[in-house]
Amino acid sequence: MKVKVIVTLKDGVLDPQGKAIQQTLNGMSYSEVKEVRQGKYFDIEVNTSDEKNAKVKVEEMCKKLLANLVIEDYKIL
Amino acid sequence: MKSAVIIFPGSNCDRDMDVALKKFGFKNQMVWHDDQEIPKSDLIVLPGGFSYGDYLRCGSIAGKSKIIKSVIEFANSGGLVLGICNGFQILTETGLLPGVLLQNKYQKFICKNVHVKINNKENKYFKNIKKEVLELHIAHNEGNYFCSKDELKSLINNNQIAVTYCNENGKESDEFNPNGALSNIAGIFNKNKNILGMMPHPERVIDKSLSSDDGNFFFENLIENLK
Repeated sequence: MKVKVIVTLKDGVLDPQGKAIQQTLNGMSYSEVKEVRQGKYFDIEVNTSDEKNAKVKVEEMCKKLLANLVIEDYKIL
Repeated sequence: MKSAVIIFPGSNCDRDMDVALKKFGFKNQMVWHDDQEIPKSDLIVLPGGFSYGDYLRCGSIAGKSKIIKSVIEFANSGGLVLGICNGFQILTETGLLPGVLLQNKYQKFICKNVHVKINNKENKYFKNIKKEVLELHIAHNEGNYFCSKDELKSLINNNQIAVTYCNENGKESDEFNPNGALSNIAGIFNKNKNILGMMPHPERVIDKSLSSDDGNFFFENLIENLK
């Protein structure tokens, strides 16, 4: 089965890439864009059909590698 | 004195570090990331570069490499571990040093000489060093040091801030902060001061022909303190 993970920067952590994207969108006349925060998306294929167990494992992976909890939050979809 | 420089795929300051260490009398050995054991050393260096192509986050993959367990064991037993640039990023990713190195505030790769003030000389790295301010080289895209407010307090209370960006007279201000680093932090220690991570490269300035030779003060001093 596939497990999907989204990693985003915590509030208050500087995101220069998001800022540049926001400014570019504003420059493309999307003046309604107030803020952009860029994140990461992971599609993880695990060879089990036990969803609960897979998610427990992926959560471990998030804490150990996929996210740096000093600056990032993760969400398992 | 024996030292070991760890090479990861994508390290590119490993040989500069080897030259610098040997210049000041270290018997240096290079150790490949896929090895599990590090030869007996007085100092382990994690060099600069782009380990594993900076994939995921700078230093994150190196922080889980085979060799890193031995580095962590060595560090936890009081051994001296020095991380320069990407090496600093790796040290934060392993948790040996607190905080993280974010992308530079102004989104530019910065490659230039800067001045840093030595904040704490009560350690093997800077004890008896003859200078207060060093002119060193930086070359990084992710050097913006960041940590929580509580962590910053703890760094200050435990004298863990090693070097800070400043001008040639030691004045620290935003003007002399190249990357937006919190409190102008260019390098920090762990609580025991045996681990030092810093963005500036002393190994790149060990000869007058390289625009500065202030790196000499650092290495000369380090080997003396280890004897």
